[in-house]
Amino acid sequence: MSKARSSFARSGFVHLALGGYTLLALFPIFLVIANSFKTRAGIFSAPLQLPNATTFSWIGYQTVLKQGDFLGYFQNSLIVTIVSIFLVLLFGAMAAFALSEYRFRGNLMMGLYLALGIMIPIRLGTVAILQGMVATGLVNTLTALILVYTAQGLPLAVFILSEFMRNVSDDLKNAGRVDGLSEYTIFYRLVLPLVRPAMATVAVFTMIPIWNDLWFPLILAPSEATKTVTLGAQMFIGQYVTNWNAVLSTLSLAILPVLVLYLIFSRQLIRGITAGAVK
Amino acid sequence: MSALTLQNVTKRFGSTDVIRGVDLEVAEGEFVVFVGPSGCGKSTLLRIIAGLEDQTSGHVTIAGKNVDVTPPAKRGIAMVFQSYALYPHLTVKGNMGLALKQEGVEKSEIERRIAAAAKMLHLDTLLDRRPSELSGGQRQRVAIGRAIVRQPKLFLFDEPLSNLDAALRVNTRIEIANLHRLLGGTMIYVTHDQVEAMTLADKIVVLSAGKIEQVGRPIDLYNKPANLFVAGFIGSPKMNFLTGAPAEKLGATTIGIRPEHVRIVPTGGNWEGKVSHLEKLGSDTFVYVAVEGADMVTVRIVGQEDFEVGATVGLAADEAHIHRFDKDGRAI
Repeated sequence: MSKARSSFARSGFVHLALGGYTLLALFPIFLVIANSFKTRAGIFSAPLQLPNATTFSWIGYQTVLKQGDFLGYFQNSLIVTIVSIFLVLLFGAMAAFALSEYRFRGNLMMGLYLALGIMIPIRLGTVAILQGMVATGLVNTLTALILVYTAQGLPLAVFILSEFMRNVSDDLKNAGRVDGLSEYTIFYRLVLPLVRPAMATVAVFTMIPIWNDLWFPLILAPSEATKTVTLGAQMFIGQYVTNWNAVLSTLSLAILPVLVLYLIFSRQLIRGITAGAVK
Repeated sequence: MSALTLQNVTKRFGSTDVIRGVDLEVAEGEFVVFVGPSGCGKSTLLRIIAGLEDQTSGHVTIAGKNVDVTPPAKRGIAMVFQSYALYPHLTVKGNMGLALKQEGVEKSEIERRIAAAAKMLHLDTLLDRRPSELSGGQRQRVAIGRAIVRQPKLFLFDEPLSNLDAALRVNTRIEIANLHRLLGGTMIYVTHDQVEAMTLADKIVVLSAGKIEQVGRPIDLYNKPANLFVAGFIGSPKMNFLTGAPAEKLGATTIGIRPEHVRIVPTGGNWEGKVSHLEKLGSDTFVYVAVEGADMVTVRIVGQEDFEVGATVGLAADEAHIHRFDKDGRAI
């Protein structure tokens, strides 16, 4: 009985700790969203207050929708993020499969080389990347961003996926070979479904930094036609005056698509556990 | 024509020799069992035959055709794996039919073969289930069915029973033996379990450290082991080995005698020792006797008998069944 009580106390403590952390993590987001619905005076006089009858206002959202092409910015961000995730998963999984499945000279070195990117931030190469983009005429295109983000996401993807692929039963792949499946079929039909949870993890880890990035859009694609949401929000931040209503409204809106993408992937995370194939 | 010929096959991983020159001839319709302790290279040898692993040197011939560079699917083989290795996304029917679909066999023919195999393995009612909805024994039967439908020239089994529990293992063993009788196909079966080897095989290949120690009928291996390794590996409980004075008396470095060929006598006999442990199985009684100047000697007595631990007893060996080995471990 005492055991039950102590485990109750312990689980209560765990819930308290996790709940506290959740509050801490959500607080800035709450601030952003709550203040985005307030007048400028409301934001500055009582930033922690919920919007009430006197301070409530749509002004921020109205500004956002009137000024600039925010629908276009969202579209750019979505295209860049989704295409990058797709390419990272595709090439990352392929490289991971090769590294975990085939014995060849330099396998280990290749794996280390690909993992090196996790330790060295890609921003160190910004100048060279910009020069390259200028030389190839890719400046101010979404392609430039997609290429950079794919390169940025690959190391972690290869690292995580190759670990998972090592755990996929050799017998299963060999059964496929004996039955005459091509290596591509084995990869797409047998291995990928079994590492789906890992793919979802990689997708989430890849997606967030891309969506939130300001650096590369600012340097590689600052034109009006290729602006992403984070870059678009910058136009309300001035050196002397900042339109906080508009900035906060933009950020609130920017949370939505990424939240939807996250929900999609996390569903996969749970569904992806395929049991029963191999004992 | 032989169903499978291996000519001086070797396999090397980096600097370790896994297979060190294996020559083997398997006749059509034969049930051959590769047996040996773990790490002896038996699974690697099977994978070389299947084409899942390339041999470093040597030749593999299946049904008269050299298959050194032929991919697994084109070798005319079918394989049953230890972990079943069923495709999780396909039903039982899909699992069994996939290879035939890849080969381009006609649909009606595929249906016919699946139905025949399912009937043989009592899988008729499970054809639309997925592997996750099957028990271990059923999964292994599906894996066997997947091999049967291909009507291969060579069946390869890679420790197919080691994931099953004891009771199921005996049943499936009998089922495989029946299957061999029914299909008459050539089968190569890898196991580390010498009971499986003795009961299933027409011919046993004993492997150790990448080399063949002896090839022969199970009973021949039991009666006339070629060397110490085979003598110790085949038979349960293990053959007793004695070195030193008792062996020298018979002109050998080591002598071996199976537990069933030693009797316990009150006094005298060939050797004397103290009873150190008893195992009563009901049908048999195993008596472990510590003989001075030798290792433990196991005595197998049919039926139920009792001895006091610590009592001194005499051991009488059946002289006709004593195996003699020279200093290199070869049988004399």
